Amino acid sequence: MTEFLIVLLVLAALAVFVTGPLRRQRNSGVADPEGALTAERDVQDLEAARDAKYREIRDAELDHGTGKLSDADWRDLDRTLRAEAIEVLKALDRATAELRRRREEVQALTELSEFAAEPAEPAEPAAARANAEQLPSQPR
Amino acid sequence: MALLGRAILILGLITAVYGVGASLYGARTRDDDWVDSGRRAVYALFSLALIAFVILEVAFIRNDFAYNVVSEHSSTTTPLFYKLAAPWSSQEGSLLLWVFLLSGWSSLALFLTRKRMRAIAPYATAVLLGFGAFFTMLMVFYANPFATTANPPAQGAGLDPLLLHSSMMIHPPMLYSGYTLMAIPFSFAIGALITRSVGSEWLRISRRFALAAWLFLGVGILLGARWSYTELGWGGYWAWDAVENAALMPWLACTAFIHSIMIQEKRGMLKVWNVSLVLLCGLLSVFGTFLVRSGVLDSIHAFGASTLGVPFVILLGVMLAGGIYLVSTRRDALRSESQIDSLISREAIFLFQNLVLVAMVFVIFWVTVFPLVSQALTGTKVSVGPPAFKPFIVPLALILVLLSGIGPIIAWRRVTVANLRRNFTFPIGVALAVLVWLLVGTNADTKPLALLMFMLGAFVLASVAQEMYRGTSARRAFAKEIWPVAFVSLVRRNRRRYGGYTAHAGLAVLLIGVAASSSFQHQREVTMKPGQSARVDGYTIKYVRPTAVATAAKVSFGAVLAVYHNGSHVTTLRTTRGFYPAGFNGSAGPISEAFVGNADSNVGLQAGLTRDIWTIVDPNLTPLQPAITRGDSVFEGLMRKLTPAQARNPQVQQSLGVLQARAIVGLTDQYIRHPWSVEFLLIVSPLVTWLWIGALITAFGGLIALWPIPALARRRSLAPYAARLARELASR
Amino acid sequence: MTVALTAALLLASALIWTSFSAGRDELTVSQLLKRAQPGQGYILAGTVTSHYQDGTALYFKVRDPKLNEYATVRYTGIVPDPFANGRGVLVNVTAPSGAPSGAAYASGTTFAGQNDSLTTKCPSKYQVAPPKASKSATAYN
Repeated sequence: MTEFLIVLLVLAALAVFVTGPLRRQRNSGVADPEGALTAERDVQDLEAARDAKYREIRDAELDHGTGKLSDADWRDLDRTLRAEAIEVLKALDRATAELRRRREEVQALTELSEFAAEPAEPAEPAAARANAEQLPSQPR
Repeated sequence: MALLGRAILILGLITAVYGVGASLYGARTRDDDWVDSGRRAVYALFSLALIAFVILEVAFIRNDFAYNVVSEHSSTTTPLFYKLAAPWSSQEGSLLLWVFLLSGWSSLALFLTRKRMRAIAPYATAVLLGFGAFFTMLMVFYANPFATTANPPAQGAGLDPLLLHSSMMIHPPMLYSGYTLMAIPFSFAIGALITRSVGSEWLRISRRFALAAWLFLGVGILLGARWSYTELGWGGYWAWDAVENAALMPWLACTAFIHSIMIQEKRGMLKVWNVSLVLLCGLLSVFGTFLVRSGVLDSIHAFGASTLGVPFVILLGVMLAGGIYLVSTRRDALRSESQIDSLISREAIFLFQNLVLVAMVFVIFWVTVFPLVSQALTGTKVSVGPPAFKPFIVPLALILVLLSGIGPIIAWRRVTVANLRRNFTFPIGVALAVLVWLLVGTNADTKPLALLMFMLGAFVLASVAQEMYRGTSARRAFAKEIWPVAFVSLVRRNRRRYGGYTAHAGLAVLLIGVAASSSFQHQREVTMKPGQSARVDGYTIKYVRPTAVATAAKVSFGAVLAVYHNGSHVTTLRTTRGFYPAGFNGSAGPISEAFVGNADSNVGLQAGLTRDIWTIVDPNLTPLQPAITRGDSVFEGLMRKLTPAQARNPQVQQSLGVLQARAIVGLTDQYIRHPWSVEFLLIVSPLVTWLWIGALITAFGGLIALWPIPALARRRSLAPYAARLARELASR
Repeated sequence: MTVALTAALLLASALIWTSFSAGRDELTVSQLLKRAQPGQGYILAGTVTSHYQDGTALYFKVRDPKLNEYATVRYTGIVPDPFANGRGVLVNVTAPSGAPSGAAYASGTTFAGQNDSLTTKCPSKYQVAPPKASKSATAYN
């Protein structure tokens, strides 16, 4: 009997824990739009690529210091790597901007849907507020 | 509690299946909530596995012989430490360990990456939970750890005495950690392929988990080899047994991966190769588990229950087919960004190294499964023994060592004669000096392959030393620190590089030990009476006197050996062979039964820096057999005369027990007072200790490379470069 | 790329050739008795039913897993710790001369075991052990 109760207890705890994220009060209905996840992935990739490039530049310096690269070779390599790094930084800037844009998009959509989901109030104050607040060009 | 355990496993299966569904749904609909729920399913699976494990451990500690696994693998006399480890000496317990470790490492991995790779993570979660579901399913339907019997016996069978060795108890968790850690980069690779995101972030994270897997798996293999050498009575550390090969293959593939990844990082090349390698690692890990669990190949680990074979083959098939499908349909995302500039560059060396390692994996795989292949084709199992395939492995190993020495001292992209001269002179010089010394001072020229390995090993060590010296000088020139401090900060700032170099040095030392101990070993099987001696490789080993001890747990017969070298006493060794009472063989007589159970050997070993002296005795009990048989009939006659009431009387039983013990002690006295000749196996093996030292150095190197740099320190060390580049960027 | 492929092909062919030429057949007792050619080497797989030591040589009887056929092996060399009656073993053997080629060996024929080639499987499942003292006392009523 006790075993059965323990199993039920565990099952309940399990269900509560695992479905926790699903029961969150959030912008239900507004899932992450298509591009935000990709944009985030691009940013993370470029950040990793940037760090890898820095590491490469530092490694080349160490290779030069330990005699595996002659002065001339190292200067060449260093210049090439820096140019590549600059490209990565530029791409990263663009990607970060893109990500910020998409995140603002998501934020705006969220706020809009939350606003739309608010419980209905008596028509007059709502109309009055709408009048007073924002959208003067909104057709009645 | 057994029902609770079973129920927990079923809940685990349900959770895992749910998690797969939730993760995939969240991935398709890009809904973070479902993805998070899927990740929580992994954490939940870990908690459930933990609970199940605790229930099982408690059963072992409490000697609850109602559980089949407890009665089959433990006893009241088993020491506590081994009781705790006994669960995974059984088929069922080891499956539970697999799920426990898989869910544990997966939880850690997914927690650490929860804000990164959010496109890939749901698919990775699904794959990891898929594995979890598979192994849990095996436990629920095929091999239940919580199976009980209605008539529990009063005493368990106890642990096989061969397993009563501390490293044998840590070996499975280490090995399984290695296998389950391999599942993580595998899963992330699947996710990366599905979402076509085979980029730098994926590389960075895969590298770390692959390195962790490499480390644990390597330590597991090392522990197995160590156990074999010190516990088993054959004097070797590696037998090319099917299960040894099963663990070695993924380790070699992983070694290849952690190197080839660097090429993709630096040059954007070899993407198809890399992703295929990491899929191969995962495949070989599951294959390794399959070989050990299904008993399909002959090996000293033959865990019956071949019913597990079929599900495993299906899983392997799905993994293989899925992998091939994904790689071929995502070829466009895996195009190389550049070419190899020159065949003499670090990239080329890495590529050759990869090819050599994959060739080794292929050879080992082939000889391991050949018995199955031949049986399928011709109906007869044909086995290819080590003497046949060593000619393949040894040259590959030699090439590998050579490459590991060249790699650190050659430059990326392109190499010129001038810098070849600058970097190779010292290591080559050292190698030649070692060659001359060996030719002149030792008899190493009798074994050219071993000689070659010694030379190459010296080459590697010299190249690593050169690198460390030059690196430290460069750092001192910049930072004005004293030598030791400069060295430490050099390593701390360049963990990957110097951890890797350390691992290379460790590998060289290890293979020098292997070459020396296999090529220059002296082994003698000799029969001796007390007082006699035998000569092995310049040592005189004398059989001083016999030993015999009888306890309730076992009867050991042994010998005391004195070792002399050039007349002076080197060491005294004690070796014994223990005989355990028969657990299951009910037909032995009351005296015989003390001798017909398991047997184990206690090796008389003296390890040294230059050589090991390894001895073992095989006490021939045949001269005692007449006495044993007489004792059996005396006791049986005695017991036949008892009435049932007398037989049940505890005092009578106790007296009988005392008589039995006395009889056995009488036999052991015989052995000591009237000893006869017994067989010894005596081995003198040079440089074995360096094998273990080398392995430890390699593991240490891996640890250095893996050790996480605190994010702040990483940013600080890279900041100067960021600053300089920022200035450049601003000026454009 | 082509270099790698050619090397791979060479390796593969060498490996396959070695396997088929240097591989040893692993046979059960019945297969061995039927197929063994005098002087040839094979791997015998089976279960040990009895054994005894005679000087430096170990003689043990191996039974076929399914049929009631036996082979005796005369073996010298290292005997693994798990070796005992009832355990599965693998040992390299050479077929004795004497049987005309084509004819089968009789059940119980002795084969010469190759030195140090004996391996024993760990027992896969232990059966439950009855308690020691009372078993001895009650077994003979």
